[in-house]
Amino acid sequence: MRTAIDPATAAGLVPDGASVMVGGFMGVGSPHRIIDALVARGARGLTIIANDTARPGVGIGKLISAGCVARAVVSHIGTNPETQKRMIAGEIAVDLVPQGTLAERIRAAGAGLGGVLTRTGIGTLVADGKVVLRVGGEDFLVEEALGADVALLAARTADYSGNLAYALTARNFNPLMAMAAKLVIAEPDEIVPVGVLPPDAVHTPGVVIHHLLERRRHG
Amino acid sequence: MDSKELIARRVAMELVDNTLVNLGIGLPTLVANYVPKGVHVFFQSENGIIGFGAPPPEGMEDEHLTDAGGGFVSALPGAVAFDSAVSFALIRGGHLAMTVLGGLQVDRHGRLANWMVPGKLVPGMGGAMDLVSGARRVVVAMAHTQKGVAKIVADLSLPPTSARRVSLIVTDLAVIEPTDGGLVLRETAPGVSVADVVRATEAPLIVAEDVRDMVLA
Repeated sequence: MRTAIDPATAAGLVPDGASVMVGGFMGVGSPHRIIDALVARGARGLTIIANDTARPGVGIGKLISAGCVARAVVSHIGTNPETQKRMIAGEIAVDLVPQGTLAERIRAAGAGLGGVLTRTGIGTLVADGKVVLRVGGEDFLVEEALGADVALLAARTADYSGNLAYALTARNFNPLMAMAAKLVIAEPDEIVPVGVLPPDAVHTPGVVIHHLLERRRHG
Repeated sequence: MDSKELIARRVAMELVDNTLVNLGIGLPTLVANYVPKGVHVFFQSENGIIGFGAPPPEGMEDEHLTDAGGGFVSALPGAVAFDSAVSFALIRGGHLAMTVLGGLQVDRHGRLANWMVPGKLVPGMGGAMDLVSGARRVVVAMAHTQKGVAKIVADLSLPPTSARRVSLIVTDLAVIEPTDGGLVLRETAPGVSVADVVRATEAPLIVAEDVRDMVLA
C-alpha cells in the first residue's frame, strides 16, 4: 500500500540540484500541484528532463520563471520565451534532444538498456560527438539511456497500490518516466480503493511508484 | 484564395486513403480542412493520439485532450491514445505514410532545414527530426520565398533537420520533386510560369517535359 503525501512533503523529497523528470506535453499531463509546491519551497539548481518547458506561467514554465532550473533536457523551448531569455543570459543550460529520441532514451533507462540506435539525427548537429554504428548496412546513431534521481508524474486515476491509469494525451512521457527514476511520485486526479481499477485498465504497475500525492481537499 | 490555402489544397491531393498522416504545426495543419471526398485518413498528433478532430465548442474542452501545439481538440470515434514511445515508434517504424512539415530552406539535394536559425531562433527540433527521418513520405509545405529571398537554395545555410532527402516540396508557386538527378519542377501554380519559378529558386531546377498546372483539392 502507498500512503498519500501532501504537496509540500512531495516537494521536500526533491533535493536542490537533483535531476528531475517531469511528465507532460505543453503542460498537459504535468503534476501541477507538485510543481507549485517546488516553486513555493524555492527549489534551486534542478536539471529538468521533460518534453518541453510549456509556456510562462504554465506547468514546467513556472519552474523556469521561478529560477528553480539550472539545466533543461528537452525537445523544444520554442513556446517559452522565458526559457530562451535565460538560456541566452547563461542562467539555464539547454540540451535539445529530438522528441522520439528523448522518449526512447528514457524508456531505455527504465528498461535496463544502455541506450538505443536511431536514424534520427544522423547528418545533423545532434550527431556531434556521438558514436555511429553500422547495422544491416545502414548507419545508426548511438543514443545513451537517460535516467533521473526523481520522476514527477501526473495520472488520471491511481489506487492505493500505486497503480496508475492516464487520460488521453495527458499520458505522453509519464509511463516512460515512471520506470526511469530512483524516486517516483505520482499526482493523480483521483485515488480509488484497491480493486476498483481493473487489471487491464492499469497503464503503470504500482510497484514502481513510491508516493502518491494526496487528493485535492475541498473546502 | 490566399497562398496558404493554395498550398494546403495542393498538399491535400497527396493524401492516400486509409493511411496514417502527421501534420506539423502552422500551415500544414490547414491540410486537414481539404481532405478530398472519398479519402479517409488517420491523423496522428505526436503528443499521443490518432483520430483527433476539430476543437470542441467552448466550455466542452477536456484538459487531457490536446494537439501537439497544446490546443484543445476532440476525439473522433475510433480514436486511440498512447504514450510518447509508441507515438514515435509509429513515426520511425515505417507506420506513418506521410508527414507534412513547414520549411525554412530546402537544398538542391532535397535536404530540409526547419528547426533553428543559429544565433537568432533556437526553438528546438521537437518531433521534426524523427518525422523527417522516419515517415515513409516527407512533404514540405512552405512559401517559395521569404521576403523575396529564395528558400529553395543550392546549399543550406541553416542546420539540416535530417540527412534524408524529402519526397516533395509544395509552395505557392510550384510542386518540386527532389530526385537522384536533382530538383525536378513538376507543376506550376495558377498564373505562374516556369520562368517565374526558376527566377524565384536559387537551386538549379530540372524542368520536367510535361510541367502541369497544379490540381487542387
